[in-house]
Amino acid sequence: MSVKKGTIARQTLLQLGLVLLAIVTLVPFAWLIIASLKSQQDFFASAFFPPGDGLFGIGWDRLTLDNYANLFGLGFGRAFINSLFYASTTAVLATLISASAGYALAKFRFRGRDAATLLVLGLIILPPTLLIAPGYELLFKLGLLDTVPGLLVPFLAPAFGVFLFRQSISQAVPDQLLEAARIDGCSEIEIFFAIVLPLVRPMVGAFLLITFLGMWNNFISPQIVLQSPDKQPLSVAIAQLRGLYRTDYGLLMAGTVVSVAPVGVLFLMLQKQFISGLTSGAVKG
Amino acid sequence: MSAAPTPIPGSEPAPKRSRRGSVPRGTVWVFLAPFLLLTMVFVIYPLTQSAVLATQQTYGPSAKTFVGAENFTNIASDPVFWKSVRNTIIYAMGSLFIQLPLALMLALALNSPRLRGRSVYRLIFFSPQLMGLVFVSILATLMFEKQAGLVNQAIHMVLGGLGTSDGMTSWLDYPWLESRVMPTLILISLWMYVGFNMVYFLAALQSVDASLLEAAEIDGAGPLARFWHVTVPAIRPVASFVVMLSMIGSLQLFELPYVLLDGSGGPNNQGLTVVMYLFQSGFEVGDLGYASAIGWALSLMLIGLALLQFWLMRRDEA
Repeated sequence: MSVKKGTIARQTLLQLGLVLLAIVTLVPFAWLIIASLKSQQDFFASAFFPPGDGLFGIGWDRLTLDNYANLFGLGFGRAFINSLFYASTTAVLATLISASAGYALAKFRFRGRDAATLLVLGLIILPPTLLIAPGYELLFKLGLLDTVPGLLVPFLAPAFGVFLFRQSISQAVPDQLLEAARIDGCSEIEIFFAIVLPLVRPMVGAFLLITFLGMWNNFISPQIVLQSPDKQPLSVAIAQLRGLYRTDYGLLMAGTVVSVAPVGVLFLMLQKQFISGLTSGAVKG
Repeated sequence: MSAAPTPIPGSEPAPKRSRRGSVPRGTVWVFLAPFLLLTMVFVIYPLTQSAVLATQQTYGPSAKTFVGAENFTNIASDPVFWKSVRNTIIYAMGSLFIQLPLALMLALALNSPRLRGRSVYRLIFFSPQLMGLVFVSILATLMFEKQAGLVNQAIHMVLGGLGTSDGMTSWLDYPWLESRVMPTLILISLWMYVGFNMVYFLAALQSVDASLLEAAEIDGAGPLARFWHVTVPAIRPVASFVVMLSMIGSLQLFELPYVLLDGSGGPNNQGLTVVMYLFQSGFEVGDLGYASAIGWALSLMLIGLALLQFWLMRRDEA
């Protein structure tokens, strides 16, 4: 009896601590969203909701969408579309290219396979910082500075992805299935798209999300590669917004909400796959 | 590869296999070519160029002079570089000794049996990670804003405007914090990364043998002894992976201080990191050669760290 009482007390304490931490984690998000709906005046007057005589003593009528309207008036919509395009293009192409290379390393026997695998492993630990300066020089030589391909193409062959797909394909795709498909006369391309990819669907989902997030949140590359204002993604646009309108807090808040919300929605849809994909490299490998 | 009998590696496939359901020759290169081609052009070639660049002084991407090892000797005696190294190491130590232990503790808490709402907590603690560093930085600048920032309002509520002349308390009004940017950055990165690393630890804890824990408990081992002798050995491979990941990430810190300090190094360069200095040298000063040399110096630190970790792991196994 006393033992049970002890565990109940411990469980309650644990829950209490976790709830507190969860609140601390979520408060910045709540503050951000609420502040994006307030006028400049109310931003300084109240920490969260402006007081008033509405429900719960909150001045609901004082909340406004003006910040969002101003944001899109400043051309933020363009940056949003740019980000969406850059991130989804990178996600689809990088996933396809690393999945096919991973498939090649997992299921084909060929001269140079060990060398290629070693190359992939070596590239994973290569710090990307090393490529910043020479990468810029290369894009300059190729005439790709301030172009969309210049921004995206260097991200289309992530060695990390090749490694993840090599691991998951060698585990999830039986050789007999591939051989049976060949006997049935499937072309190699058909086999890849109709058999291999569906069998590693969780990894495909996770890696799409990883690469999408990587490009969506990428700041240093567009900052270096792109110059034209109409090509900038949200990450650079919002940093510039801060430089230009450093005291228009509502505007900055609204800009941050617009930049983060799509990623949040995407994550909620794919979170299970994402977390398992994220940790699979660590746990299995 | 397959169960089919295979001859010496590198020789022709066995005739039996190529008769039924054969793989057309060269198929593998169709799958491998896009990756190899892109890697050669955008990784391997720049990598060789980076070694060439490191021996040059450049003015923008086209005008260059050969300077030999001068960039490296300049780096060695460049006080700003060493300041950036110092700052970056402080941040990395914050990750290693504050953030990762907290992440592990959180994972242990979530892993306790009979806990309700585990997946909800996991989702909540992970969520800040989704926000890119730039966006976190913007949010942080607003939260640390002098008058209306949430952090300062909270401090104001608790301390009631102590120690400031205008009655408003500001985080940055505390001289100790104003002159040191890194503690603030470590605090922000806690919010952002604790949940992320927790997810790894939580996954690793699944591989802890529950019956072994029970047996240890029956044998009279206390919670600490059980943690040290059963849990730690089981999660060690993942833990070393997480440590590595976190060190590599921390040593390449850029966006957070860059946006927070508006592109500058902060007061007295207290917020300047190595990658920020690389960026300033290469793209503000325009010397890609010096920037490359900084890149190599940083890479050597990272490689050294990887070797150290590798050596420690080998020693543990032996």
